[in-house]
Amino acid sequence: MLEALQYDFIQNALLAGILVSLAVGIIGSLVVVNKITFLAGGMAHSSYGGIGLAIFLGLPILFGATVFAVITAIIIATITLKNKGRIDSIIGIMWAFGMAIGIIFVDMTPGYNVDLMSYLFGSIIAVSHEDIIYLAILDVFIIGLVLFFYKQILAVSYDSEFASLRGINIKFFYTLILILAALCVVAAIKVVGLILVIALLTIPTYLAEMFVKKLSSMMILSSILATFFTLIGLMISYFYDISSGASIIIVGVFTLLLVKLLGKK
Amino acid sequence: MNKILEIENLSFSYDKLNVLENINLDILNDDFLAIIGPNGGGKSTLLKLMLGLLKTKNGKIKKYIKNELLAYVPQNTNLNTDFPITALEVVLMGHTPISKQFFGYSKDDISCAMGSLEKVSMQEFADSKIGDLSGGQRQRVFIARALCSNPEVMLLDEPTASIDVKGQKEIYELLKQLNEKIAIVVVSHDISVLLNYAKNVAHVNKNLVYHHLKSIEQNVDNENEHLCEVELLSALGKKQVCCNHTHK
Repeated sequence: MLEALQYDFIQNALLAGILVSLAVGIIGSLVVVNKITFLAGGMAHSSYGGIGLAIFLGLPILFGATVFAVITAIIIATITLKNKGRIDSIIGIMWAFGMAIGIIFVDMTPGYNVDLMSYLFGSIIAVSHEDIIYLAILDVFIIGLVLFFYKQILAVSYDSEFASLRGINIKFFYTLILILAALCVVAAIKVVGLILVIALLTIPTYLAEMFVKKLSSMMILSSILATFFTLIGLMISYFYDISSGASIIIVGVFTLLLVKLLGKK
Repeated sequence: MNKILEIENLSFSYDKLNVLENINLDILNDDFLAIIGPNGGGKSTLLKLMLGLLKTKNGKIKKYIKNELLAYVPQNTNLNTDFPITALEVVLMGHTPISKQFFGYSKDDISCAMGSLEKVSMQEFADSKIGDLSGGQRQRVFIARALCSNPEVMLLDEPTASIDVKGQKEIYELLKQLNEKIAIVVVSHDISVLLNYAKNVAHVNKNLVYHHLKSIEQNVDNENEHLCEVELLSALGKKQVCCNHTHK
């Protein structure tokens, strides 16, 4: 176990895992309490459009995915603020549209050899030093904004009508929550892949919800749980030579089942 | 007695459907006004117009107090009960202005919120999760949240809709007590209970019919403290002298 830590790529993987866990704990809590899990899933999948576009244009891939996901978040926020009744259809459309764009751009890229599977299911072992820096900046940005606007975000998430009476700009904060979710989803793509992002956003949060009374404690506990799942999952993936993303999710689901079963006594 | 709110010739429609027509209503600073009427009659719409959640198109709503001094207790407090938030945090949401302090709340904010919780006798539940409270307790917390902004008038939408009879009485007793200092406007269905507390009644069904309750009470047998809607409506009918109540 210890000798594995000497490798650069293992160190990077562990660091990336911790950075992503911090983000998913905080944003996952926001996603769950705002009941926008499906929306986060839509943004995750449509960000594949950004990945395809970045590959085609020769841009950094995480950067491409970030820009694309943020634009998707703004579009979804604008549409759903006007027409909340059809939010699920709109998410479904964005979901498929983003993926279609991604596939077309990858098809059009000559000599394409990037491993598509690594974006669908994650490739934490392939995290580079630049990725780590990018993740760290994203984390600082997410944590800073949530700390600074905690009261407003809490008010809008809990009771947006009342928040608007108290003079809080609910459209701005709803959009902000979606943008934060988009950023977090992009960060998590590298670790668990865009298909498994939703699990990492929801499992730690769902577990944490059983033990907390406050949103802030939910965020902290979720981050700790996500870190635990990621590290254990990585260890299993290293020793048994299986996909890291899938191992992380399996650890999470088994822990959840265990806690649920023990809690029922 | 000063007017704090004056509604003049107010009409409102969603798309082409007229919900309110030619509403005139004054709210006084010591009022306890009950807004009653059938479902879809426009009660909640009227309340939302007063609060500014909906914009007036025809007619005027003159406010003689600042908008921040209108406090609101929304209808469905069973919504979002699985949200991880404590009673104290819910009350803090009502505190104005929103403090600029970076993360967390200042001592002033918290003592103000605890004060509001004490006024509704819920201080011992400050750290309870909102979803763990009963319907009546939760309603008290929402009233405390409204109180936290030091309002001059409190508008409540169906405050007792999902509460048992005992809890309903407690809520109205609380409102009566608050009414010593501020004006209360309640939209409600439970006319029977409300009648023991309200000073004035506005019956809204597209049009508004206003009653001073003092003049009606005398005609109603109210001995067993329960009054059925039929008796009340017949009493309101008898007292047509106080208003231009015409049935079409």
